[in-house]
Amino acid sequence: MPQTTHIVRVSKVTKNFHLGKVEVRVLKGIDLEIERGNYISIMGPSGSGKSTLFNMIGGLDKPTSGKVFIDDVDIAQLDAYELAWLRCRKIGYIFQTFNIIPVMTALENVTLPMIFAGVGNDEAVEKGIQLLELVGLGDRFQHKPSELSGGQQQRVAVARALANDPAIILADEPTGNLDLTTGEEIIYLLKRLCRERGVTVISATHDFKMLNVSDQVVWIRDGLIDKIEGRDELSISVGEIGRRD
Amino acid sequence: MNRKDASGGAAVERLVKLPFKKSLEISIKSLRARFYRSLITTLSLVLAVSFLSFVRVGTDVANGLLATGDPALRQALVRSGYDLGPEDTHTGSSPKQRWIIILSLVVCTVGIINAQLMAVTERFREIGTMKCLGALDRFILRLFLLESGMQGLAGAFAGALIGAFFAVIGAGLHYGTVVLRVLPLSDVAISVGLATGVGCLLSLVGVLYPAIVAARMQPVDAMRVEH
Repeated sequence: MPQTTHIVRVSKVTKNFHLGKVEVRVLKGIDLEIERGNYISIMGPSGSGKSTLFNMIGGLDKPTSGKVFIDDVDIAQLDAYELAWLRCRKIGYIFQTFNIIPVMTALENVTLPMIFAGVGNDEAVEKGIQLLELVGLGDRFQHKPSELSGGQQQRVAVARALANDPAIILADEPTGNLDLTTGEEIIYLLKRLCRERGVTVISATHDFKMLNVSDQVVWIRDGLIDKIEGRDELSISVGEIGRRD
Repeated sequence: MNRKDASGGAAVERLVKLPFKKSLEISIKSLRARFYRSLITTLSLVLAVSFLSFVRVGTDVANGLLATGDPALRQALVRSGYDLGPEDTHTGSSPKQRWIIILSLVVCTVGIINAQLMAVTERFREIGTMKCLGALDRFILRLFLLESGMQGLAGAFAGALIGAFFAVIGAGLHYGTVVLRVLPLSDVAISVGLATGVGCLLSLVGVLYPAIVAARMQPVDAMRVEH
């Protein structure tokens, strides 16, 4: 079977939330196609529906109407087991708050998704060490999260996201809790992985540092796609952003 | 990379798994990381179970004393409150005692539910993260049941031993060293075992609802929690 170029397809997606008796339309019809191997940033002010769209793409939430395809699979059709499998094998998650499991060491955090995927213990440990070396934590794999800095914890999270060779890495504000330099390091790490391993990186952010490395930037406003900019168009609009702020 | 399954058919090997040994390892780690907290949760169980064990072993001792047929010991038992008819060769716990035991066990179970619900809230993010990594509901359920089972076993066994110990010491002080001679060891062992079993059961009953709450949680909700 030929590989499709679109790893994620979002088609006419709407999402409504109930806040008490009021129904809030968060997404009002989104169409989006994301190409395999690209680095995508989803930008938008808070409340724009950015996180909601992001959760849809990650299979964490289901749309009210419309369809989300990940690797040509409609996620609305999946049952709990298949969704778990999808989260385990196809998608790697990176969070703003790192979400390293506090009772486990760095290495155990990285091996956990592999254990879920049925990889043997020795193999998982070996690969876990390799991944931690890849993100620059080769000497700290026995450390507990409390003994690691924020940037290091986020590196562990990146290694964990890569554990099962996912097709997509979803990063929700990965630099939101990091200082400027550390945030930049994480961005370049993600970019490097995207280029070297062909992983599609999708990140929701309002960190303008992200723009430099993105292949495509999706701007969300009021539940709709405002504009999608390719890499070449970006250099022009970055100046604009500078002025806007 | 394996892409031949891109059409979306549900194959058997598309199952995520968590071997039992690994779940045991994780739950032991969680218990150790929250040692003092687990200890306090277990403490109410220890107390309730030791009370149950105390009363049961006390009755065992009384029965042992009765079995000697010594009228002086029988008098001593009646004086210390045992309701013995002239022909009784056997005594049980009084209805009042049973009520107090049941109440203490109920209170203890409610305490466990409360403590475990708080533990679940505290671990929302951890549970959500595991679910994002592909954990199924039953993995989470199993982790909580294992933790609680181990807590229950340790706490209930300790409580049963403490209760039995004090029952024997108390009886020894009251009736003299004859208690040690007539102690029906097998009955005491049964009482301790029973108290341990009841304690384990209560611990599991207490964690069931909190564990189901945790297991049913949607990963997206876990991510939303702000700390």
